[in-house]
Amino acid sequence: MVVKWQNVAKFKKRLTKMKRLKIILLILVVAFVGIQFIPTNFNQSNRVPETDFVTVNNPPKNIKNTLQNSCYDCHSNNTNYPWYNKIQPVAWFLEDHIKEGKSELNFNNWTTYSSRRKNSKLRSIISQVEDDEMPLSSYTFVHTEAKFSKSEKKEFITYMEKLKSNL
Amino acid sequence: MKKVKLTMGVLALSLLTLTACNDSKNENREKDHSEKDHDHSDGHHHEHGEKMSMNMEGNGNADAIVSDYLNLKNALVKDDNSTAKEIGGKLFKSLSNLDASNYSEAQKAELKDIIVDASEHAEHISENPLKHQREHFDILSKDVIDMIAITGTDKKLYQDFCPMYNDNKGAQWLSASEEIKNPYYGSKMAKCGKIQKEIN
Repeated sequence: MVVKWQNVAKFKKRLTKMKRLKIILLILVVAFVGIQFIPTNFNQSNRVPETDFVTVNNPPKNIKNTLQNSCYDCHSNNTNYPWYNKIQPVAWFLEDHIKEGKSELNFNNWTTYSSRRKNSKLRSIISQVEDDEMPLSSYTFVHTEAKFSKSEKKEFITYMEKLKSNL
Repeated sequence: MKKVKLTMGVLALSLLTLTACNDSKNENREKDHSEKDHDHSDGHHHEHGEKMSMNMEGNGNADAIVSDYLNLKNALVKDDNSTAKEIGGKLFKSLSNLDASNYSEAQKAELKDIIVDASEHAEHISENPLKHQREHFDILSKDVIDMIAITGTDKKLYQDFCPMYNDNKGAQWLSASEEIKNPYYGSKMAKCGKIQKEIN
């Protein structure tokens, strides 16, 4: 008799635990669906301003592609979003990242920087790429094509060095 | 229980695929999103040819900048990352307090460029590891040297040069003492460098 009672208690305990988990799960799912309806500011623009780095400096095609593929998603007014980046909370996380990236350096606003600042920016671009700090590894993890190959990196740095010395 | 575990697993898995799946280049972006982000001010560039003619009461708080800069330099000489961070923050404030109103238009413009640039370096110095701090200190030094060329300073300073830093491109710094104490290499190469120029 005693044994049986214990079993019942155990079962009850299990049941409440399961119920709790189910409720938590339900809340999670509802929250996940719910946050999808909160509007996000996407970093998108189909107009390239005349102050843009590529427009002004007209770099060789390779450099242009590298900039587009590896830099412009976070350092310009236009991000190329894969569909899964439009899902919350991923989109929020990206929004912050892009905001920070743009405030640090926005290639679209290149000519609005003074020569002194251009020099500083180029210096940072060169050293960050050289040290593999840019593009961010969290970015290249998803955008594998954004990762610099050895030759791409060299070409890119040589170009930026030249631009810097011609300032 | 098993069921719950399974659902959890499925959910986790689907989340993972959502974030990690690599679906490269995609659809065209929507039209009519415009940005008013761009500016009109163009990059100013001019030599600070006009010699400093300012020496009324003080030099618009430039001395506070110089003294923060020197403290920062000392912290870097000691490889002291956290003190350098702290002073970076202080310097950021002093930079914003520079009063350029007593200077000519050309000097004002030049000073503005210097302050904008230097502030950014000070900010980075206030939040980064030593290696980064030194990179920013290199360009910051140039800014402060150019600023002093306009504002002057009440301090006796030595402009020093380390030929090795930045892949042998070399880097300058300012010091209040004659003895060489290298802020770019710290204890690793404390004596590297020479005096380039004396100021005052």
